[in-house]
Amino acid sequence: MNRVAVTGLGLVCALGNNVAECWERLVAGVCRILPLSDPGSPPYKFSRGAQANAFVPLDHFSEKELIVLERFAQLAAVAAREAVAQSGLTFTEDLADRTAVITGSSIGGQFSEEEGYIRLYREKNSRIAPLTIPRTMSNAGASRISLEFGIHGPVYTVSTACSSSNHALGQAFSMVRGGQAIAAIAGGSEAVFAEGLLRAWEAMRVVSPDVCRPFSIDRRGLSLGEGAGMLVLENWEHAQARGITILGEIIGFGMSSDAHHITQPCVEGPAKSMQWALRDAGLAPERIDYINAHGTGTQANDCIESQAIRLIFGAKADSLPVSSTKSMHGHTLGAAGAIEAITTLLTLRHGIIPPTVNFTSADPSCPLDVVANQARPAALEFAVSNTFAFGGLNASLVFQR
Amino acid sequence: MSQQSASADLGTRVMEVIAKTQRIPLESISLDSTFEQLKIDSLDGINIVFALENEFGINIPDEGVQTMRSIGETVEGVRKLVAEKTAEPEGPAV
Repeated sequence: MNRVAVTGLGLVCALGNNVAECWERLVAGVCRILPLSDPGSPPYKFSRGAQANAFVPLDHFSEKELIVLERFAQLAAVAAREAVAQSGLTFTEDLADRTAVITGSSIGGQFSEEEGYIRLYREKNSRIAPLTIPRTMSNAGASRISLEFGIHGPVYTVSTACSSSNHALGQAFSMVRGGQAIAAIAGGSEAVFAEGLLRAWEAMRVVSPDVCRPFSIDRRGLSLGEGAGMLVLENWEHAQARGITILGEIIGFGMSSDAHHITQPCVEGPAKSMQWALRDAGLAPERIDYINAHGTGTQANDCIESQAIRLIFGAKADSLPVSSTKSMHGHTLGAAGAIEAITTLLTLRHGIIPPTVNFTSADPSCPLDVVANQARPAALEFAVSNTFAFGGLNASLVFQR
Repeated sequence: MSQQSASADLGTRVMEVIAKTQRIPLESISLDSTFEQLKIDSLDGINIVFALENEFGINIPDEGVQTMRSIGETVEGVRKLVAEKTAEPEGPAV
């Protein structure tokens, strides 16, 4: 079994266009869940979202390249560029064959699909744009990354709703650990601000009318966000031999399925996911110094996640900092795990815990130290990051500084 | 909805919507039934509320949904919202 180093990070979301910008705002507790650029007509029941407004596609791609790239694939490629640049890897013939690209996306390319439906059903025009299929396929981001860097190893996409990118990272981790790959570019991306999708979320009644307030007594739901996070995972010895800076290590991965209800969470599933991840890492729960929570800000998730954490961590949960950075960058669905994995690694590396912002007062059903509103310096060695998806699919990663 | 169901009393119409949405026989529902007895969970509830909004041309706010745990409570909730709509046809004058 090989150790798995993280040697590159790339991030685009509402907080900024790169890791440095995002980290500065995460630590400053900046909430970028802002009024929607298009409030909808009639207006959506929610007025805000975490849009990556500073992301300008033409800053990164030519007009011609954009013909085949939907926003979620653009975000994936730009995050991958930053991560690969930091890693300093060049994909020579041998490495190109032994590098994987594994991305997560819950919904793929929604915009082209909706444009197609408008033509078909509203305009009664049966001629759909010819590139609709390659634009909308969920693996468009992974394939773009493979094409751009000339990577010939295993390339695929995992789609498990809000757990997509933790599952993608877990797969990549297992591959590098097991020796099937020397390196992997893994993470996820999502672009959710398409009208049909927003109307569907509206109908689910889980989106907060203003901002999301994870673990707070007055929380009223999640806030949608868009973005991408990509990590370069690398065989530890390979990274060391190159003399590159190692940014952290992935040491454990756990998955579980609730088999309980299609949308309602239960305590046992998330608890098992954390338990398997800890067991995989060979760590007792007491060793964990921080949890980046799934923390969506819905009534059900935050209460259930709190109970699951109490179940696994016992008395340690009294003094275990748990924060939900979704309060700043929104819930980016299939990108959530990747964005939060990067946040967790930076938390360990810099010894400062990003807060749960928009927090007003404690909910007795969420008895956790949620690092309310203010970042907190702390000496940290090990951390867990959780994702729990609709469909009852849970995935947890364990990181070491 | 058909004229037939529009002419039925409001309680019956609510039960018809629930029966149709849940794909259960109308006879299995009474004003005394709780959602729990009918095995209606929160996700089913979202579907039912959506169908009721369509049927009665009303907007059921999230707070309203939380007070509807039985057929009787749902009928009362809908009755109130329909009455408000009739009293203020131009929408709430807030």
